[in-house]
Amino acid sequence: MDLSLFLQQLLNGISLGSLYALIAIGYTMVYGIIRLINFAHGDILMVSTYFAYFGISVYALPWWLSVVMAILLTALLGILIDLGAYRPVRHAPRISALITAIGVSFLLENLGLVVFGGRPKAFYRPDFLDKTYELGGVRVFSLSIWVPLVTALLLALVFLLLYRTRVGAAMRAVAKDMEMVQLMGIDVNRVISLTFAVGSALAAAGGIMWAMKYPQINPLMGIIPGLKAFVAAVIGGIGNIHGAVLGGLLLGITEILLVAFLPSLAGYRDAFAFILLILILLFRPTGLAGKDTIG
Amino acid sequence: MSERHRREWIYKLCTYGAIVGLFAFFLQVQNQADEYQIRILNVSAVFVTLAVSYNLINGVAGQFSLGPNAFMAVGAYTTALLTLSPAEKELSFIIEPIIWPLSVLHLPFLPSLLIGGAFAALLGFIMAFPVFRVRGDYLAIVTLGFGEVIRVVANNVQSITNGPLGLKGLSEYTNLWWSWGVAVFTVFCVTRLVKSSFGRAMQAIREDEVAAAAMGINVFRHKMLAFVVHAFFAGMAGGLMAHLITTISPTLFSFFLTFNLLVIIVIGGLGSMTGSIIAAIIITHAGEWLRAVEEPMAIGPFNIPGIPGMRMVVFSIMLILVMIFARQGLMGRREFSWKWFCGFLKIGKRRG
Repeated sequence: MDLSLFLQQLLNGISLGSLYALIAIGYTMVYGIIRLINFAHGDILMVSTYFAYFGISVYALPWWLSVVMAILLTALLGILIDLGAYRPVRHAPRISALITAIGVSFLLENLGLVVFGGRPKAFYRPDFLDKTYELGGVRVFSLSIWVPLVTALLLALVFLLLYRTRVGAAMRAVAKDMEMVQLMGIDVNRVISLTFAVGSALAAAGGIMWAMKYPQINPLMGIIPGLKAFVAAVIGGIGNIHGAVLGGLLLGITEILLVAFLPSLAGYRDAFAFILLILILLFRPTGLAGKDTIG
Repeated sequence: MSERHRREWIYKLCTYGAIVGLFAFFLQVQNQADEYQIRILNVSAVFVTLAVSYNLINGVAGQFSLGPNAFMAVGAYTTALLTLSPAEKELSFIIEPIIWPLSVLHLPFLPSLLIGGAFAALLGFIMAFPVFRVRGDYLAIVTLGFGEVIRVVANNVQSITNGPLGLKGLSEYTNLWWSWGVAVFTVFCVTRLVKSSFGRAMQAIREDEVAAAAMGINVFRHKMLAFVVHAFFAGMAGGLMAHLITTISPTLFSFFLTFNLLVIIVIGGLGSMTGSIIAAIIITHAGEWLRAVEEPMAIGPFNIPGIPGMRMVVFSIMLILVMIFARQGLMGRREFSWKWFCGFLKIGKRRG
């Protein structure tokens, strides 16, 4: 096997994997706290890319400002979805909550189709992300370096939030025992809303980088990253943030290497994640990193 | 004959009468209604079949599967490949020729439909082993995953499925007799199953798996039974659908289809076959009415542009609202019975 080619693909894999990881953290945090698979997570990601698109291409704002605003708006969207759809079914059977989440997912997708139209839109890519370097025979796309760096930065922020702030402590506590935390005088609903905000903001960051990578967006673009990030979260052990990162990287790298070195299987790329998911659930149902609540 | 026996006998007679009435109605419809109306009735029947069988696994056995699109795909492809004549198959498989046994097989509609159902059931049987090792929302995701895998496979094994091009030019075998015949047959089988000891065991599993196991119910086997029966009828429905719209491709069997079914069984009431039947018919018709919203309209001097995609927005909102405000759906877990019907109309009550 050609080493430079391998390194190049490995970098692509890490880049894709860190996107999965970012998105997977949102799933895992929400699941860790309220045991809900937030089906709409991928679609929240899609909406965030449209926020950024409107900022950059329609209102002609500087791209970084649009991205920051898109992330904030998406965090708000996460809170609104929690308030409007998930809070009313919080004490319902878990399947009802799951059905609601599926409903929210389809609502976002189809509202997207109605409001934004089904035609893909070109997404802006800043110049410094659009360069190709040559390092000792390894061709490196600058976006593929920036994505893992940004991811690492955001991860550090998440860990700071979880382990160095009072809110983070409250989140970890809610994940451990919601009723007890309520008795301690913590407003559980606010903590949950904040979790949705953080998860959605991370999805937005991931989504915008995803959009810059391809670089186009459409209302159904959130489905595949959403599903795969979910698989990544399960691979790592859902509810466990370290696990989500591990699962995301693992999924991204294996997927890219599989496609690169076994091109005959490239058509099965989207099925691969699910086959991995089924195998993981069969042989290690709590994921690779084991079951753990947030943290 | 005791009073109770007499009543039951009358109720049974009513049921058969209603079925005969239904088909007499179709005889009328077939002569008078236009093609579009007949088509909606056909689609309704396919969705009744699907919803009732889907409700068996999701509502009665309480195993939240999201994979009926997989079974429909298998049923549809199997049926279509059997009814297409060898010459037609040779014509449509332009990228890769079709593999041997399929290239020469050619069967009439009914056996093809049954084989389609049987293949779907076989897939259900195989899937049951990994799928039922997990529960709850994991089960939902794994079945969803299988649905996606089947779609991806259908896209890639070109020598069997013709890949993304799909199969075209199927004969339009599905008519009111076939579609409603299968629907009535499905309702009959599934309601009999639910009322049998198997059905009671499934309900016990839904309520409390551990308790059911402690009472000596073989949990896995009953889940599998529900799953396989669901798969069989979903496969038949897939075959019917294929020969109704005469063209199938992998994109047809996406998660979208499962979502529609989910809306139907949730609105009808998880666990109520009556609810599923009513909701399947209502939602199919509502989908057609809402089509008007998606097309441009002119009201007086104003031109209202059509809003494509509005239908699904309405359905999604409906699903969320039902979950928040009316989790029971239309029927909850109640079923239609002649006894209730007579009580409702206040007839046949004993005097004094």
